[in-house]
Amino acid sequence: MSGVLTVAFLKAAIIAGTPLLFATVGEIITEKVGNLNLGVEGMMLMGAVIGFQVAHVTSNPLLALIAAALAGAMGALIYAFLAVSLRANQVVTGLALTIFGTGFSSFIGKGLIGIKLSDEFSAYFSSIKIPGLGDIPVIGEIFFNHDILVYLGYLTAILTGLYMYNTRKGLNMRAVGENPAAADAASVRITAYKYAHILLGGALCGIGGAYLSLVQVPVWQENITAGRGWIAVALVIFAAWNPYKALIGSYFFGGLDIIGFRLQGTGVQISQYFVDMLPYLMTIFVLVLVSLKKDRKNAPPQGLSVPYFREER
Amino acid sequence: MRFRVVKKPDISQKQYLLIMLAAILLALVTSGLFILLLGFNPLSVYKTMLLGAFGTEYRIQQTVVAAIPLIIISLGIAIAFKMKFWNIGGEGQVIMGAFCASYLALNYQHLPRPLLLSLMIVAGFIGGALWGLIPAFLKAKWDTNETIVTLMLNYVALKWVTYLQYGPWKDPASLGFPKIANFAENAILPKLFGVHVGWVIALVLTVIMYIFMNYSKKGFEIAVIGESINTARYAGVNIFRTIIFTMLLSGGLCGLAGMIQASAVNNTLSVEVAGGVGYTAIITAWLGALKPHWIVVVSVLFAAMVQGGSYIQTAFGISAASASIIQAMILFFVLGSDFFTKYKVVIESNLLADRKGAK
Repeated sequence: MSGVLTVAFLKAAIIAGTPLLFATVGEIITEKVGNLNLGVEGMMLMGAVIGFQVAHVTSNPLLALIAAALAGAMGALIYAFLAVSLRANQVVTGLALTIFGTGFSSFIGKGLIGIKLSDEFSAYFSSIKIPGLGDIPVIGEIFFNHDILVYLGYLTAILTGLYMYNTRKGLNMRAVGENPAAADAASVRITAYKYAHILLGGALCGIGGAYLSLVQVPVWQENITAGRGWIAVALVIFAAWNPYKALIGSYFFGGLDIIGFRLQGTGVQISQYFVDMLPYLMTIFVLVLVSLKKDRKNAPPQGLSVPYFREER
Repeated sequence: MRFRVVKKPDISQKQYLLIMLAAILLALVTSGLFILLLGFNPLSVYKTMLLGAFGTEYRIQQTVVAAIPLIIISLGIAIAFKMKFWNIGGEGQVIMGAFCASYLALNYQHLPRPLLLSLMIVAGFIGGALWGLIPAFLKAKWDTNETIVTLMLNYVALKWVTYLQYGPWKDPASLGFPKIANFAENAILPKLFGVHVGWVIALVLTVIMYIFMNYSKKGFEIAVIGESINTARYAGVNIFRTIIFTMLLSGGLCGLAGMIQASAVNNTLSVEVAGGVGYTAIITAWLGALKPHWIVVVSVLFAAMVQGGSYIQTAFGISAASASIIQAMILFFVLGSDFFTKYKVVIESNLLADRKGAK
């Protein structure tokens, strides 16, 4: 393989796609119970900063990740309370959460700017080659020689898919998003389902953000997510609310994210700033493509962004 | 004993206002607890914020300067939101408006001042309008999700101006420092009563938009689409054209704000020209209930909060980011309070009695 599409590039694309994957799967879970949470960017930032702060103080990777997940879930809790219990407009509530999360992370992160996590901490996230699978030529190097969180990403997407499509609870969860009145009639506890999944989705967004600050960058910088939360929201549509397809979308966009460095290496004469536009332009392009071919299989959950009110059914 | 939510009959404007005020007060109390947690006295912090925003004539002027773009962008966002077109691309539309106006400012500075400024205003409007046209066309034609498209275009616009600032438009006289040359005097908006004339533009636009939204056919059609696109279709509204028109107007207003910022405030084009004001305007538009006159009030309050926020940074060493946390907090509480204008919570055992009472 020559040019840009080298094994090293594809491997790096997986790493760059991992934060997108966590956030995309998180948002799929959220939207599948009928709630459009546009606060992904905010929850990622909350997870990123809290994870980094805890990592900086304790040097304990597990604590840092748990804290990041909790921070994301906290953001989601604000959203859930407003959008589910108080039936606030979901779009605006999500936007407010993003604004809040951005302010929160720059507030907490004020004193952290430029700080790098210790080498011992980063060592927890060094690559682990999976025995057997990691020895397959090319494929093994691209997919099975990564840090533990990349594997957790695979696992999250697959487990979410199994849960959604192969379990009773997963069926209930999809029913809540498609037709809450029918689910309610079948005595599924709508509010509990919504809260649980929105919080879980938020926790995954928090972990996605923490992957950026703990592993991918390991130096704190303001607005570390740089719009990745929004790309994740678009990826949900691209993946047609299917966590397995989210794997493909996330790694594809991970590749776009880092293609600039690679192109420069090959001596292509193009401004860095135009290359930086690529993920954003591609997101628009992909959205247009998806909207061009509308079919029922790729449709959003029927009850998306409609608050459920039993008395109105 | 269980709690239950029931619908409430429509409430009066006075009750509505009371609930909103209560929400803002609660938000300030909650933020106060947060300040207390940081180890400061919330009352003195709030007082210092007020002083920072309105304490001297100069500070009042600075607050007005900060309110001008907020008002104009919020008006633009409000008209789109009225149609339930979630334009969160104000930031990008501001940048592209500023870009188009700056092109004239940098290349035609020999033109007479009134002519050049008028052309820049038109260019700013067109720049923002065209940037708003992209998501509008995609939405109207293929129902492409406008929230994400408008947001992605913010980043594209930002990268575009970064490219100009670090590349072809870099001022050769700046000794390698990446900045675009300052505008000539001709391209800078004049001042009136110590503040650039943007405030007059903002107020005139507020009146125009008030009349447009409340008394024009088009304004009514936009509101109908927002309420129900099917109703609008049955009523014979041309959906495609109305979406395009609304976003040209929405983006155009944002672009105009970009021209004002570049010309009067920064005196040049830079990546900082929007500086997040496109996002803050989403909050102010919503808090102003998408009504032009309320938007002016809310925008001035928010501008005061931003000015006060940067002032407490110097006075107390509290990060200016705390201002944006307080802003989001107010938005959360107002969003939540909307519930209490539509529903009420009753205790289950009293439900029957309550229903009888309603009849």
